[in-house]
Amino acid sequence: MFTKIIENFQRARNSDFLYSFTKSPVAIISFFISLALILGAIFAPFIAPHDPFNPATLNLMNGFSAPMQPNEFTGEIFWLGTDDQGRDVFSTILFGMRISLFVGFAAVAFAMVLGVTLGLIAGYVGGWIDAAIMRIADVQLTFPGILVAMLIFGIVKGFTPIEQRDEMAIWVLIIAIGLSEWVQFARVVRGATLVEKNKEYVQAARLNGRSSTGIMLSHILPNVLGPVLVIATISLALAIIAEATLSFLGVGAPPTQPSLGTLIRIGQGFLFSGEWWIILFPALTLLMLALSVNLLGDWLRDVLNPKLR
Amino acid sequence: MIAFAIRRIFQSIIVLLVVGLVAFAMFNFVGDPVDSMLGQERTDADVERVRTQLGLDKPFPVQYYRFLEGAIQGNFGISYRQGRPVSEMIAERLPATLELAFVSAFLAIIFGVTLGIFTAIYKKGWAANIIMTLSLIGVSLPTFLIGILLIYLFAVELSWLPSFGRGEVVDLGWWRTGFLTKSGLLAIILPAITLGLYQMTLIMRLVRSEMLEVLRQDYIRFARARGLKDRSIYFRHALKNTLVPVITVTGMQLGSIIAFAIITETVFQWPGVGLLFINSIRFVDIPVMAAYLMLISLMFVTINFIVDMLYFAIDPRVRLEKRGDEK
Amino acid sequence: MSENILDVIDLSVEIPTRHNILKPVDGLNFNIKRGEILGVVGESGAGKSMAGNAIIGLLERPAHIADGEIWLNKKRIDNLPAESMRKIRGKEIGMIFQDPLTSLNPLLPIGEQLTETIIEHLKISKKEALDRAITLLEEVRIPAATQRINAYPHQFSGGMRQRVVIALALAAEPSLVIADEPTTALDVSVQAQIISVLKKICKERGTAIMLITHDMGVIAESADRVAVMYSGQIVEIGKTYNIIKKPRHPYTVGLMGSIPALKGDNERLVQIPGSMPRLNNIPPGCSFHPRCEKAFEPCYNKRPLLSKIGDSKVACWLYDEGYKNG
Repeated sequence: MFTKIIENFQRARNSDFLYSFTKSPVAIISFFISLALILGAIFAPFIAPHDPFNPATLNLMNGFSAPMQPNEFTGEIFWLGTDDQGRDVFSTILFGMRISLFVGFAAVAFAMVLGVTLGLIAGYVGGWIDAAIMRIADVQLTFPGILVAMLIFGIVKGFTPIEQRDEMAIWVLIIAIGLSEWVQFARVVRGATLVEKNKEYVQAARLNGRSSTGIMLSHILPNVLGPVLVIATISLALAIIAEATLSFLGVGAPPTQPSLGTLIRIGQGFLFSGEWWIILFPALTLLMLALSVNLLGDWLRDVLNPKLR
Repeated sequence: MIAFAIRRIFQSIIVLLVVGLVAFAMFNFVGDPVDSMLGQERTDADVERVRTQLGLDKPFPVQYYRFLEGAIQGNFGISYRQGRPVSEMIAERLPATLELAFVSAFLAIIFGVTLGIFTAIYKKGWAANIIMTLSLIGVSLPTFLIGILLIYLFAVELSWLPSFGRGEVVDLGWWRTGFLTKSGLLAIILPAITLGLYQMTLIMRLVRSEMLEVLRQDYIRFARARGLKDRSIYFRHALKNTLVPVITVTGMQLGSIIAFAIITETVFQWPGVGLLFINSIRFVDIPVMAAYLMLISLMFVTINFIVDMLYFAIDPRVRLEKRGDEK
Repeated sequence: MSENILDVIDLSVEIPTRHNILKPVDGLNFNIKRGEILGVVGESGAGKSMAGNAIIGLLERPAHIADGEIWLNKKRIDNLPAESMRKIRGKEIGMIFQDPLTSLNPLLPIGEQLTETIIEHLKISKKEALDRAITLLEEVRIPAATQRINAYPHQFSGGMRQRVVIALALAAEPSLVIADEPTTALDVSVQAQIISVLKKICKERGTAIMLITHDMGVIAESADRVAVMYSGQIVEIGKTYNIIKKPRHPYTVGLMGSIPALKGDNERLVQIPGSMPRLNNIPPGCSFHPRCEKAFEPCYNKRPLLSKIGDSKVACWLYDEGYKNG
């Protein structure tokens, strides 16, 4: 199986994968912006000039500092200004991005594992199990992902004890968004499984009395690698937006662990009083993140799987 | 046609029953309704009385049946948070959401289809390129950011339009409309654009790609070879063929408009059912959540049904095949 | 001599690509007379369809006419503005495509497609157009035309649909019809019927037909003259009988050899070795020389031109006086 994967990657490299990457300015720019933002989020504690969650380092006097201008009381300069509590906006963005990206990646990973597993089961076992899984998928697809995520968020939240609701919010978010995005993975994997299932080597293995499951896995997984990667990238963009939306609506990340969406929610309150920077910079960051991941996904889809359109 | 319609109605009812089961399960298993209704100070007798009152002592199928019975009559119980009947709360907020969704859908379809055709016909022109680039950003922009941007531009900077609420409404007895007052009409502009923009972008991109696909077909080349005018080729031959897939997706999009209204209503504090729903999630107000779920499913199923019937009306192939089926 | 409907002089079509310029049609010379069927044969990719599209003005960008002239009824049409060319399409040149299943708009009744074309070119009333549409359908032998005028394309069989397509091409009585593989997508039994409809129209109305096909059987059945195309050029052109019985160009000889004879000796079918060069790799000299058994010195670097040999015209150094004896 691993040799097959390596082969696939080599094929991708020998074909025009890298070539088309170097020829696509959009892909290059998106890739480096995504990379920079992800690195910024990972190394936030080292990059951020302030720790926005350590009350000891906060000075209320620094509140509402405009970007690049010395604060009228303390004279300190903040690149992107500060919010009402004197928190450095640049630092809160870095830490907010950590939450946003963590939720995004975790939700997609969850959706991927769930979707691939269910897709394999549906395709391989067939019968009523297949029918049941695909029916659920169909019904779920009728509703927009964000609505499904909201609903699941509400239900899971109902199960969590009241005192732990804020603490658990991030995990509830991951489950909710993950559950709203498994369908695409399941569909692709099921399709590939159905194709492989009828191939001769599987039949032959079965006649020999050998377990065909292992052989199939080793053939199916490398085959679906491309589409799954594409779906994962596009799902990541969707998950980041979904998380931001839920948090913005106040049903996602709590104020104690603010994501980009929470920051925008907080910033909206200052829109009318003129402190535009509190909302503008988190919004721009979210936009860059969503756009670059989205464009990268579009490009991947065109290169790996023109059929997926 | 009739057999087809009946089959679709039957399928729709099954979907509704499944959703009903989910909603019912929420009622029963998420949190303890008795807890939620009685609070901390209670006696065992109180608990028993509420259990009987809610029918929780009956077996599961009976409970589900009674839940459905209630749901059909529009009875979804009492909000845990406000202590009022859920149906009443929804009824007074539904007009606001429907008016918003209607205006948005109208904008999305008119502009989406027009721009889609335009960008397909002039696919190499600079205007089409600009529109396509903007639309790519539009698809990536989360709805709530569009709303905030519009508020900032038109309410904060220019002060042309209100940034929240519905303005003055006129009570028609069973329906409170914002269409009849100037402030009501002004208030709906920004939310409707916010809600419609994303759908418009999707419809536009879909119409464009379908149209380009159709324009590559042989019958379009044949139409050109017969010397027909461009206008006839684009609007008579191409557009009609484009519409078949577009209607399906547009129908689904209209459903999403009602769902996405949740976000827009929050940004603009629009007093509709979406805002009610988001608050119910925040406070885990299960009866409201369940009722909203049932309501929106009903709308989705209805829209899908209408879309199927439209599909039928446009494409003679479907029409005749189905007629053939019935024989 | 009867008048020429179509005169094509030195026609070349070019497709600029990133690396070089492709020439799918390269210096074409032929004419078609009133009431004549000219068969154009060749393998796929020989430039037959491209030539047809160039004549009717339907080349798709970036393909364009790079050189040469096209004269229709003594009027030059290759340099007309788009709008004037549109008025000629359908009115003076009709076109029939290969696949009748995809040539008709599936969502419009055939009657509507017919009347719309008629009204566009003839400026007559809707009522008259409808009558004319029915007459046309009868003319291409569609039974119960009056009843079926409002039927949709999918309600017809493939052969019937191709008749509708022919009726559409004839809607405004063009003097030239370009039929691009009109029988290829049809059943063998239906092919003969379509050919007979085409022949009938050609004779009754005096319409000139450019019949593009790769099927020598269809040519033998219908064409008055044949042009054989190879990688964008005409290698031999002449009366059908001469081309079939006395082929001169080695490629034509090979082409005739590859037709199975129905009766007589069952010789092995002759196969031309190799395949037609790709457009980006056309050899210098005679483009057929890598596959030609008789290739000799001039073929490698000098391009032969069409010249009169007997009743036909052939582009081959074998028949050149200067080389014949040397």
